[in-house]
Amino acid sequence: MTTTDISTLATALRPVLGDAQVISDRQELRTYECDGLAQYRVVPALVALPRTAAECAATVRACVDAGVPFVARGSGTGLSGGALPHAEGVLIVTSQMRAIRAVRPEDERAVVEPGVINLHVSRAAAPFGYYYAPDPSSQQVCSIGGNVAENSGGAHCLKYGFTTNHVTGLEVVTPDGDLVRLGGPAPDAPGYDLLGAFVGSEGTLGITTEVTVRLTRSPESVRTLLAGFAGTDQAGAATSAIIAAGVLPAAIEMMDALAIEAAEAAVRCGYPAGAGAVLIVELDGPAAEVDAHFTDVERLCREHGAGEIRVAADDAERALIWKGRKSAFAAVGRISPDYIVQDGVIPRTALPEVLRRIAEISAQRGVRVANVFHAGDGNLHPLVLFDDAVPGQAEQAEEVSGAILDICIAHGGSITGEHGVGMDKVGHMPRMYSADDLDTMQLLRCAFDPRGLANPGKVFPTPRLCGEVPGRRRGAHPLQEAGLAEVF
Amino acid sequence: MPDDVLADLAAATDGDAVRPAGDGDAVAGVAPRYVAAPGSTEEAAALLRVAAARNLAVVVRGAGTKQDWGGPPRRLDLLLQTRRLTGVVEHAAGDLIVVVRAGTPVAELQAKLAPAGQQLALDTPLPPGAAATVGGVVATNTSGPRRMRYGTVRDLLIGITVVRPDGVLARAGGKVVKNVAGYDLGKLFTGAYGTLGLVTECAFRLHPLPTARAFLSCRSSDAAEAGSRVAAVLASQLAPSALEVDAAPGGGTETAVLLEGTARGVRERATAARALLGGATVTEQPPPWWSSYPWRSGDVGLKLTAALSGVPRLLAAAADAARRHRAPLTVRGSAGTGVLYGALPAATAPEAVAAIVTELRAETAAVGGHVVVLTAPLAVGERVDRWGPVEGLDLMRRVKAQFDPEARFAPGRFVGGI
Repeated sequence: MTTTDISTLATALRPVLGDAQVISDRQELRTYECDGLAQYRVVPALVALPRTAAECAATVRACVDAGVPFVARGSGTGLSGGALPHAEGVLIVTSQMRAIRAVRPEDERAVVEPGVINLHVSRAAAPFGYYYAPDPSSQQVCSIGGNVAENSGGAHCLKYGFTTNHVTGLEVVTPDGDLVRLGGPAPDAPGYDLLGAFVGSEGTLGITTEVTVRLTRSPESVRTLLAGFAGTDQAGAATSAIIAAGVLPAAIEMMDALAIEAAEAAVRCGYPAGAGAVLIVELDGPAAEVDAHFTDVERLCREHGAGEIRVAADDAERALIWKGRKSAFAAVGRISPDYIVQDGVIPRTALPEVLRRIAEISAQRGVRVANVFHAGDGNLHPLVLFDDAVPGQAEQAEEVSGAILDICIAHGGSITGEHGVGMDKVGHMPRMYSADDLDTMQLLRCAFDPRGLANPGKVFPTPRLCGEVPGRRRGAHPLQEAGLAEVF
Repeated sequence: MPDDVLADLAAATDGDAVRPAGDGDAVAGVAPRYVAAPGSTEEAAALLRVAAARNLAVVVRGAGTKQDWGGPPRRLDLLLQTRRLTGVVEHAAGDLIVVVRAGTPVAELQAKLAPAGQQLALDTPLPPGAAATVGGVVATNTSGPRRMRYGTVRDLLIGITVVRPDGVLARAGGKVVKNVAGYDLGKLFTGAYGTLGLVTECAFRLHPLPTARAFLSCRSSDAAEAGSRVAAVLASQLAPSALEVDAAPGGGTETAVLLEGTARGVRERATAARALLGGATVTEQPPPWWSSYPWRSGDVGLKLTAALSGVPRLLAAAADAARRHRAPLTVRGSAGTGVLYGALPAATAPEAVAAIVTELRAETAAVGGHVVVLTAPLAVGERVDRWGPVEGLDLMRRVKAQFDPEARFAPGRFVGGI
């Protein structure tokens, strides 16, 4: 790809999108050089800001014709570098497609454009007594389109599931530049569940231009408690006991001493002083059920050594309990100049053993690790602390962070529970899956994107050669072959 | 004359697993040449490598309870049975997950999980005694009343092991509930009718068995009245596990609600639900029609979907079509999720079935849904478009071409002739 090709592409796109919607100025392009994972930075060759599905499709078609790779980006809050630009490609930003098209509580559905902020969906549904269940920590800024790409979770997915369980329809631009509908307002559309395959495909199968989401009826009752424990072993045992008792809380979150210290320093959430671990347990549903289970949860926490147990008396107190947890990542900035947010999953019952292993590695390498996690479903978010100003510390932190993922794999877990593979964990995929597993996944990619133009280099360490590229209505551009060779 | 293909297939297994096909092995009227029942995933892979080398068309069979679903195969050489791929590989009760081989009957799986107070929260609406397998349920994406609370296969399946048509063994997902590493191939194989390969193992998330449950049922005189009861339950905060309707021809519409939870919770919620419905019978046992398809073997079986608010309209349209075509159309299903099932007797004239399907398709299309003819007598199958309009069909063909370029797996059974 040469500068001339990109300027030709820019010239072709300007009349379609409008001058202000196509960015080629080097300084302006620089503002898009990274997503939420700032350690990777690549300045894109061009940024396109479509305002409609048709404009988005036209942009992709122009990329296909020119043989130029493209990367989709929503709010750019992703933590795995999934929206990291391609140096010779177009970054297609969907944040200006932000209309909430319909809120239909009678269908338990809302129809939104991909740039709509996650929390805004719940706000729009609230007057009707409904909300959108997936609640990533970044829900005040992250977009639904990005959530679809990453299959985002959140604290409450223990009970309610992830984005994939709450999206029933999509309109997407395929990597050929075609607009296609998958699913709809009704469940179980005939044919392959391409909707299910698309959600969580991290921008490698196309770009979302409209999302039909499921709205959930607000629960009659929500009760939240905060319990302080001597350490993570006790808190972990309490978690297992709650699950074993047949209780399915909306959320069970855990923080260790270092994470508590950071949260206290940052937001003064008033967690129990001297606690080695805290659990946040939230129950929701019909009041009669919640009350019955809440009594069980309190008792089980005490039986497993909880010292102080604080029950939120109202929404304000609940918000305070959650404040410490939700601000934990940023709060770690108060106790360390730099840190890595890790995202791994283990079977819940392996929690005590895995935390001991993390503590050992942390001690051996002299690298501090704060632990924040969705304890109910075994999703760990170790925060590996370091000071980039001290030579060697960043590398050491990377090693510890990688070792934690190895522990997750060894316990039959996953290298990512919600942040995605993106650019960051491409290298770990062969440790979790065999070559044949990865090859089989890429059959799907070849069906959608035989040219390998949609977010190349992400998710899979080695692209599969897709064989014959199906015919397009336009003839193949001679440069396309050359472009393809570069991409691969 | 010795059969080289049979010898090759036998050599790929322990020998007893392969036999020439006989009476009763036909799939939708199409007879295979060979039948194989591999004893392990590895043996299945070896068999399918032979099938690939010998260009054999393959249909997978579990318990055969839904073998009449989908079109007849365009060609068929090898019937691959999963009856020996059975058993629980791992049940981690503390982690609420199970890994199970695909040929395991669902009922057997549930019996293994129950002592731990756990369940695979998936109904398999079949006649009593039918032993639907895990693999068959995944391949046809069947679900029942409690999908309202727990979702369907796609929401419960967390990992899958498959053998591709070329005999390559592959896994996706894993055995932890939360996992976004790589493509979710489990969803792709769910409801694919065996057209992408053989499912050999599935990992599921489990749910605790509720300690108490209550069924509430009441009868409405017409679709509109049933519709307003359904809407009232949906708008409530009672969190029902299921909300079903059953509309027999000329017999009014029964609405039934399932509440699950703690003893006290269910008692209090049942009282509130009863008031909401304007009176209802409360029982611990389900109504007789609960979690069963409205058709009998040989009948026409339809699946009708709609956006939630379109359910009353669909019920009314079905009653209207039944009246005009003088056909006893029974409609039943999950009003709480917009998935209904329709049945017409086997003797219904194919022209009448085709006309009813066409009319209902116009209705479901208006409320964002579809009509699929799940099962039908062969004469009817030839007259109707089983699947109706399918969005994204071109992409589906491309997926099929990647996984099964020679179209050897269940050819012609699925949408668009896939």
